[in-house]
Amino acid sequence: MNEQLAFTIEVFANGLMAGVLYALVALGFVLIYKASGIFNYAQGVMALFAAMTLVGIQNGQVPFAHLINAIFGTEIHHFGWHVHSFLAILLTVVVMIALAWMVQQFVFKHLVGQEPIILFMATIGLAYFLEGVADLMWGSELKALNVCAAEGACLPQGMNLWLEGTTYEALGYGFFIDNLDIVATIVAAVLVAGLIMFAQYTKQGRAMRAVADDHQAALSVGVSLNFIWVLVWSLAGFVALVAGIMWGAKSGVQFSLSLIALKALPVLMLGGFTSIPGAIVGGLIIGVGEKLFEFLIGAPFLGGATENWFAYMLALVFLVFRPQGLFGEKIIERV
Amino acid sequence: MKDIAESYVTTDGRTIGPVVMEMKNITLRFGGVEAIKDISFNIREGEIRAIIGPNGAGKSSMLNVISGFYVPQEGEVWYKGARRPAMKPFEVARQGIARTFQNIALFEGMSVLDNVMTGRLTHMKTGLFAQSLWKGKAEAEEIENREVAEKIIDFLEIQAIRKTPVARLPYGLKKRVELARALAAEPSILLLDEPMAGMNVEEKEDMSRFILDVNDEFGTTIALIEHDMGVVMDLSDRVVVMDYGKKIGDGTPDDVRNNQDVIDAYLGVAHD
Repeated sequence: MNEQLAFTIEVFANGLMAGVLYALVALGFVLIYKASGIFNYAQGVMALFAAMTLVGIQNGQVPFAHLINAIFGTEIHHFGWHVHSFLAILLTVVVMIALAWMVQQFVFKHLVGQEPIILFMATIGLAYFLEGVADLMWGSELKALNVCAAEGACLPQGMNLWLEGTTYEALGYGFFIDNLDIVATIVAAVLVAGLIMFAQYTKQGRAMRAVADDHQAALSVGVSLNFIWVLVWSLAGFVALVAGIMWGAKSGVQFSLSLIALKALPVLMLGGFTSIPGAIVGGLIIGVGEKLFEFLIGAPFLGGATENWFAYMLALVFLVFRPQGLFGEKIIERV
Repeated sequence: MKDIAESYVTTDGRTIGPVVMEMKNITLRFGGVEAIKDISFNIREGEIRAIIGPNGAGKSSMLNVISGFYVPQEGEVWYKGARRPAMKPFEVARQGIARTFQNIALFEGMSVLDNVMTGRLTHMKTGLFAQSLWKGKAEAEEIENREVAEKIIDFLEIQAIRKTPVARLPYGLKKRVELARALAAEPSILLLDEPMAGMNVEEKEDMSRFILDVNDEFGTTIALIEHDMGVVMDLSDRVVVMDYGKKIGDGTPDDVRNNQDVIDAYLGVAHD
């Protein structure tokens, strides 16, 4: 088998896996945007906050330790216990739901019916506020994230040697793929399937779709907008947690995690802001596109580092020719 | 004046029940504009109650007060014998008051069946957790409510478009789907905001038939707003006439037809 072709396929596969992570972040955006028309700039920070909370709880860190110590002159940093990953994830979910409730109760409840730009500005404020709170609560140093189901059964790190071995035998060329990427892909697939089933088949899912479609009509059939908004912010918080775990396991929990939100923007331009399948497909296209472009054109001809801007260029092209994205609702104005 | 707790039989043989909703001295203002001025009237169980009046008379505002979309500055709303506190529209809906809108408010992205199923939301009681697991009670509840929805779809003769996304339907059918969704809630009071606006004669006849059938078959109390005098007089048991936010007539279609104020309002007499 042609070595160049085989390598291209490997790059392609790696691109798909990276795309899954982009899609995970984009998904959080779509959920909130669809149901409330709010473009949540804070989605990336929510992923960071979720990941930091998870690590903090796991390690038995005392929240706001620095603050407490500064005020009371104490020296406590740790409770001195370690929390099992499952329990820690569960507790983090509770924290994210509480956060969703607070965001709705203290911010967006008071901004109902405001211009989209005002709602957007509010989410920017929220992003910085949350980043500050995360810092104050758990400290700003880089942390490693190890999620383990049991002793020795942790989120995988490193390459998949089995895959390399078998593909080497079959093709005379070994594919390297990150074990973590495979897990992330499976988790993302399950998450998306779960979300779609929730939206399609449950009462609350139906109410959620109703609110996404028409607020007035939703009110007239007895749906509480407030409840649905807390629900979608909770779901977005949960998605952020999953994204935070995957990114955190890949590159450690640090503040640059919140910047992944920026990569989700071109994904949304491609997929459309209102489509869950769009977020997935958009994520995959960006992931594969930037890896392949770097490999085939960027590195040989353009001096490399094209991954930094390729996604945005692609989004720009899409904006010109198909502004509603691949799956977005086309806006038709009658004159 | 009949007692509010009594039923009576009309001259054409229809039995009208006791008062289920009473509006007492309702006044609604938007800034300095009084959309509704000190209006009182009641709705009796099982009747078709019409609110008519020229453009801008405040009819839709009145419907919005009943359905909780507007909160009047003055006056009281009494529902099923108790004063209703200020409520959000979704709470009013949960009390059994369903409505349609003048400019159709359907869930355009959903199928007809899904739209009608949203009308059943107030009847579905299982919580978020049970629903997510989709076990036992949640499933039984879905089947049960699905049956009611299908019955209403059959009744309004929209079986053929059950799975069609609403956005693709023509105007007349959309109006009927909206009626189906409101009806699916099995409401105590059904509010129809201009159910026949923008329809041709044939569609109007269909809609009139459905409204009468609904009232007949399910005994649903209906309050409707309509422009078309002919239709209103044929359909309704009692009529409230509004003009410039005031009530100028209230009674049977015959009473109203012979009321001088009403004739003036419709034919146009200079207001001083």
